[in-house]
Amino acid sequence: MDSLVAQYSRPAFHNEGYSQEEQQELSQTMPGDISLKFALPPVAQPHAWLRAQTDDHANPSCPIKLAHGTTTLAFRFQGGIIVATDSRATAGDWIASQTVKKVIEINNCLLGTMAGGAADCQYWLAYLGMQCRLHELRHKRRITVAAASKILANLVYSYKGYGLSMGTMCAGVTPQEGPALYYIDSDGTRLAGNLFCVGSGQTFAYGVLDAEYKYDLSEEDALELGRRSILAATHRDAYSGGYINLYHVKEDGWVKHGFNDTNPIFWKTKLEKGEFSNVTSELV
Amino acid sequence: MEVLLGITGKDFTILAASKAAMRGATILKSSDDKTRQLNQHTLMAYSGEAGDTVQFAEYIQANVQLYTMRNEVELSPSAISSFVRGELAKSLRSRSPYTVNLLLGGIDPITQKPHLYWLDYLASCASVPYAAHGYAQYYCLSILDKHHHPDINYEQGMKILRMCTDELKRRLPIDFKGVTVKVVTKDGINEVEYDDSKQVISA
Repeated sequence: MDSLVAQYSRPAFHNEGYSQEEQQELSQTMPGDISLKFALPPVAQPHAWLRAQTDDHANPSCPIKLAHGTTTLAFRFQGGIIVATDSRATAGDWIASQTVKKVIEINNCLLGTMAGGAADCQYWLAYLGMQCRLHELRHKRRITVAAASKILANLVYSYKGYGLSMGTMCAGVTPQEGPALYYIDSDGTRLAGNLFCVGSGQTFAYGVLDAEYKYDLSEEDALELGRRSILAATHRDAYSGGYINLYHVKEDGWVKHGFNDTNPIFWKTKLEKGEFSNVTSELV
Repeated sequence: MEVLLGITGKDFTILAASKAAMRGATILKSSDDKTRQLNQHTLMAYSGEAGDTVQFAEYIQANVQLYTMRNEVELSPSAISSFVRGELAKSLRSRSPYTVNLLLGGIDPITQKPHLYWLDYLASCASVPYAAHGYAQYYCLSILDKHHHPDINYEQGMKILRMCTDELKRRLPIDFKGVTVKVVTKDGINEVEYDDSKQVISA
């Protein structure tokens, strides 16, 4: 079985640009060693160099602007796990996209969320998805959330200091663990918990979520609270916005509850419930 | 990590300010009152650079009272806000500007309507239904966005304030030692008993 897996576990683009030996070297990572090998810039301190090229805050004219800024949240409750995100990607002051899918569907029971560098998240969560599938093929059972999150945590830890930027959550339900939620970031932190918000809009989401969060929330109330928390963050955080992406993870897999534009939701909330009273709706 | 919060309602304005006086990594005092009463129906809460805050607040307090003595006119909250903003703007363009952020709350003595003004050291001045300064903005404005309505009564106002202070206790890494709460109504300014002893733990 392992030889069969090995045959298919080579990178998809193995004919492009690398010689056979290089390819061998790249694909022959030991089972325990999940870190890939990347070409690094030929300077003494690659991470310092990368920071100089990408640090928008210290150097506004830096040549590479990383896509940053997000609000994502996930919380455990009596009926499973709610996962919600906004959909805006910003590169410096520029809104690069309003339709980013920040929830990645690792398999039909596991979800990951993206915050931080868009490329880092996209690449490494896709890689995590691959590792989870390989785990499934090797062990003939689905990976636990604890194990999946640890693969990612160990991976990013092995790159510590190289300038990775990501804050992610892994949410899933497995027969062994029940509903499980983990927070992983590029520092190498990995935490299990009931409730996490990640990204530049996290504080605003925490505000709304903490005030009304209870483990005994009904499914309908939990979905609404997740949606409302993202709305709060998109309203106050300039780097969050676009659409609200909402998921519910249940025992038999996750269910998607839409990818909805924030603007009509905001005006509906304001005009029907009388919230956001500092925003005027009359023309003066 | 100083906390200033302000909430207006149907017939009142609540101001809350953190009780900790911090210098570097030390809490020097845990019962500090970061408010000054400007007249019968206007209260000012302040935060910012040590030394500047009290100096500026007492300068404003003295000048508001002086104006009233000279002209026999009680200044309204809106008049005071314009005066304070003017002083901040003058200070900002001087050699040593005051680094002070303010919330100015009160009741207009004529219309009996509550008012709240948000001012910062750059001399911005905005009339708002609810306000916060410092890190409290990040945690509390989303709560206030959701739960505040212009016609709330005093009990509902205190309930929203409790949601805000609970969230700050839950998420702020540094203890701000609770808040002093003062309420301005048409009958004057009163300090409110506010229980800070309960520990709040995140989910």
